[in-house]
Amino acid sequence: MSARERLLAATKNRVLIFDGAFGTQIQNRKLSEADYAGTLGLPADQKGNNDILALTRPDVIADITRAYLDAGSDIVSTNTFSANAISQADYKAEALVAEINIASGRIARTLADEYAAKDGKPRFVAGAIGPTNKTLSLSPDVEDPGFREITFDELVAVYKQQAAALIEGGVDFILIETVFDTLNAKAGIMAVKQLERDTGRDIPLMISMTLTDLSGRNLSGHTVEAFWYAVRHARPLTIGLNCSFGAEQLRPHVKVLSQIADTLLMIYPNAGLPNELGEYDEAPETTAGLVADWAAHGQVNILGGCCGSTPDHIAAIAKAVAASKPREVPHPAPAMRLAGLEPFTVAA
Amino acid sequence: MTQPSSARFINIGERTNVTGSAAFKKLIMAGDYAAAVEVARQQVENGAQVIDVNMDEGLLDAVHAMTTFLKLIAAEPDIARVPVMIDSSKFHVIEAGLKCVSGKPIVNSISMKEGEAQFLEQARICMDYGAAAVVMAFDEVGQADTRQRKIDICKRAYDLLVGEGFPPEDIIFDPNIFAVATGIEEHDRYGLDFLEAVKEIKAQCPHAKTSGGLSNLSFSFRGNETVRRAMHSVFLYHAIPAGLDMAIVNAGQLDVYDQIDPTLRDACEDVILARRSDATERLIDLAESYKGKSVADEKAAEEWRGWPVERRLEHALVKGIDAYVVEDTEEARAARAANGDRPIEVIEGPLMDGMNVVGDLFGSGKMFLPQVVKSARVMKKAVAHLIPFIEAEKDLLPEEERKAKGKIIMATVKGDVHDIGKNIVGVVLQCNGYDVIDLGVMVPWPTILASANDNKADMIGLSGLITPSLDEMVTVAEEMQRAGFTMPLLIGGATTSKVHTALRIDPAYEGPVIHVLDASRAVGVASKLLSDTQRDDYVAEVADEYIHVRDARAGRSQSVLLSIDEARANFYDAFLSDKPAPPQQPGVHVFNDWSLEHLRTFIDWTPFFRAWELHGNYPGILTDDVVGETATQLFADANAMLDQIIAEKWLTARGVAGLWPCARDGDDVTIHLAEQEQHVRLPFLRQQVKKSRDRANMCLADFIDPNGDWIGGFAVGIHGIEPHSARFQADKDDYSDILLKALADRFAEAFAEALHQHVRTTLWGYAPGEQLTCEALIKEQYRGIRPAPGYPACPDHSLKPILFDLLDAPKNTGLTLTESFAMWPTAAVSGFYFGHPESQYFGVARVGRDQVEDYAARRGVDLATVERWLRPNLD
Repeated sequence: MSARERLLAATKNRVLIFDGAFGTQIQNRKLSEADYAGTLGLPADQKGNNDILALTRPDVIADITRAYLDAGSDIVSTNTFSANAISQADYKAEALVAEINIASGRIARTLADEYAAKDGKPRFVAGAIGPTNKTLSLSPDVEDPGFREITFDELVAVYKQQAAALIEGGVDFILIETVFDTLNAKAGIMAVKQLERDTGRDIPLMISMTLTDLSGRNLSGHTVEAFWYAVRHARPLTIGLNCSFGAEQLRPHVKVLSQIADTLLMIYPNAGLPNELGEYDEAPETTAGLVADWAAHGQVNILGGCCGSTPDHIAAIAKAVAASKPREVPHPAPAMRLAGLEPFTVAA
Repeated sequence: MTQPSSARFINIGERTNVTGSAAFKKLIMAGDYAAAVEVARQQVENGAQVIDVNMDEGLLDAVHAMTTFLKLIAAEPDIARVPVMIDSSKFHVIEAGLKCVSGKPIVNSISMKEGEAQFLEQARICMDYGAAAVVMAFDEVGQADTRQRKIDICKRAYDLLVGEGFPPEDIIFDPNIFAVATGIEEHDRYGLDFLEAVKEIKAQCPHAKTSGGLSNLSFSFRGNETVRRAMHSVFLYHAIPAGLDMAIVNAGQLDVYDQIDPTLRDACEDVILARRSDATERLIDLAESYKGKSVADEKAAEEWRGWPVERRLEHALVKGIDAYVVEDTEEARAARAANGDRPIEVIEGPLMDGMNVVGDLFGSGKMFLPQVVKSARVMKKAVAHLIPFIEAEKDLLPEEERKAKGKIIMATVKGDVHDIGKNIVGVVLQCNGYDVIDLGVMVPWPTILASANDNKADMIGLSGLITPSLDEMVTVAEEMQRAGFTMPLLIGGATTSKVHTALRIDPAYEGPVIHVLDASRAVGVASKLLSDTQRDDYVAEVADEYIHVRDARAGRSQSVLLSIDEARANFYDAFLSDKPAPPQQPGVHVFNDWSLEHLRTFIDWTPFFRAWELHGNYPGILTDDVVGETATQLFADANAMLDQIIAEKWLTARGVAGLWPCARDGDDVTIHLAEQEQHVRLPFLRQQVKKSRDRANMCLADFIDPNGDWIGGFAVGIHGIEPHSARFQADKDDYSDILLKALADRFAEAFAEALHQHVRTTLWGYAPGEQLTCEALIKEQYRGIRPAPGYPACPDHSLKPILFDLLDAPKNTGLTLTESFAMWPTAAVSGFYFGHPESQYFGVARVGRDQVEDYAARRGVDLATVERWLRPNLD
């Protein structure tokens, strides 16, 4: 069976568990510049370049991944949110993009296989692709709203390089996550489609949007429904929401997406809203209680955590939804569903 | 059939198409994209559900024009909300467009003109971008003209596309609308062939859609708009039932089918349906008589004046039109008097009915605050007209008294002068039939309690904007408790919160205490409190909620505080050699009459709308789906008043700025006044909450060099609203009164912004070349800050007297301070200037007892006083 088929089979009977945040876990380890930089000899400081740890401190990444697998994750992600040529250029590490992604993919693959062999339960690896810090829909120059910092084709090339390396590292899926700009996600989809043609193989996509305001829009202004119509051509294996706010604030938007998306739904919110100090302090049981409510209502297929979540959060979520029935994928009648920032359906 | 805007039929705007609109073409050729964007906006406003963008013009770089325009409209949420149709005969232009469109667009068009291979390649590209596609009925031979060729080509294209995995629901066939009534016999069936083909294509190609460009149809009647409109409308009337899903059409170029002159309608129908052989000649003959005639339009505006008086009153209330309200009220009164009925019945009847409609619309979110305030103005004028009649009647019927729903005492508490929010709540309550006794601003608690007793009030509402008012509200609550009151106490105002109410006010008073979040909640709260059936449950529910807030607060692990010594050790280490150069013009500068015209350009409108409880950012709010219309009207009213304020010089902007040498001394900044041979000490507070990572515990003093530096201060105020405000109040015009106060506030803020710029570029002069737009100013994209006492970086309001002394503000600006350190007049701003490039805003947040004691010593006042000043930072 292909990874796609195995995931579909695994989601038949239960709600699967994704992993939680890497960033806060790495921060807790208080690594030094020497830890980050290793012996790579890069011309810039590396402290804060979490993704490069796959090369310089692979043990740290492996430990965190293992902690999530121990907590009950069925799917683990690679620590590659910023392992793209744009973000790595900030650390003068753009030449290492392929190496970082391959190494990260291998760490996750090895551990996923190890845990699957131990208990016979399938484990999956999602190769995570972040949005980069450039946006295709918005101008950074208030004087010139038509200006763009990057072109669609440039971004396609950036994503394609990262996705190819992740696949080489052994990931099962490509996860385009934290989509704040829908057009960036469309460039990511284009990159994966090109890669599929180049390699002649099926590369299942997972797509996850992040909301930047409580009314339920991302930064480029799309509502959840408009977003789904804008990316539905990717026929993703999962669609969903991550990051954004805490589970409490995501609730209405999860419900909307759950009703319209004819594919699996994966939600991994932040551990609540940050406090005055920018720290996440929502207790694992609180997060678990909130997301378990979606599971109880049959609104989700896969649950995990984003910023501020820890292995304890994931364990609490896994425990809370262990007996829940997974969401049944709906099949809305075919209709032309267009989108500007808002959805527009042409009646059949 | 009427305007084809139902969800089942989509009208695609054609005004942003250089081949369809000469005006648009002219703008694009001239590179005037800003005006071109406005064309798109108008189209969407006029109801286009999809906008067609076409840049196919020989002299244009179509790729550049297409991508530029699409990127620009992407930045306009009120345009970008609808899907785009990327329209070009050149596929590379289409693909360039696809790279700029973030939603799911439509490509217009692809066809089999160049063979199947290219057709499918282009279709695949559409799929990769997730676009739907218009497929022209065109094959290797040419455009499909007859019914059968239209059907055959579309079916063939459909099978090919679906075979390649193209979603059938994303296919739109365009089976070509050709010109009819051309005089060429072969063209006679073109209309009918299209209609029949559409029906068959829909049957043979499940889920696919059909579309057409309508303007071709009437091509032979160019210049005769009446006939063209009639033809388009008649055509759609038949095409939509046949299965046409969309058309590219100028929505303004359609008539209502039923309202077309029947002779013309029949003649058009004969042509389109090919009903008779002489149809073309007959339409051409008839068309002559319509040449140059423009269709009769607009007259309906004043139609409502012909309605019965009750309906006119309701209409005037709902629309907020006060022009005729006195005469209409008199008509209603006179009619009742003639029947022996009483004048009060005009209020209890049509006026209250109208206000109930307003209340319902407001309650259900279909009307917004500015409209409600206008309605209240109409209501007040009507009531004012009736009062003398009611009074005269009272002498005859002394027993009678008008029964209000309830009586509410409202006041801005002692020490505070802000009343916009309170006035709005008062108006809303009055609109809903409550008797409001407004005690005004700076009202001491004895007056509030006495007035509540004397008037047998049902409840008291307190308002306040500055933080010391929170304490004053606690005092009022304590005094109500002591005096044995039991009536509900409502708490509102920008600085109040549910948490503060629960933690501090509710425990002080055994009667019900309710925090009212905004004006829209006031009526609901008041009606529940006065309801025999709901009151007890509601009061218990709120009390529970507050207990819950208190418990949650008590159980909350508070953020860890450092000792003040530790916090000081973690100070913000600014790079002091970057400090600004000494000012070009040190000392105090007075501005007695800053140009209002100039300040107008500095106005930040977003808070203005917020004052009216319209939420959203300017200018986007003007086109917001929900509040856009209201916001636009309010904005127009505000600008009209601004014109008048400036032209008639209603207001005077007075300000002062000072720049002094200083040095940091611990957490203080000492200012050296050479002339007075005196040092003035400004004590600041330091963040004490334990910071994560390497963030500093900041204090404003950190931005000042201990070895000598400069600091500034300012105070600005807007004078002169009183006579105008009094005039509006006398005229029962709350709307204008609130508008004026809100605008005065905006002027004060704009003045602070303008003066700060003048200081940066000239007086201090550390940023002489600064060129910032108004937007950039609002976003504070300049160097330096101007923290105000009472705001997060400098939360102690009591620094204002020191600042006012330094500036000699009362003499130089006419501003004074209340005992709670609120400024009078209300429209005023004061603060300090810090010029260091690293200076930034922050919140002091919670401080520890050790710092409070230290601060009391530095200020030279007793601990209890400092605790009162800093209460919000002690929780």
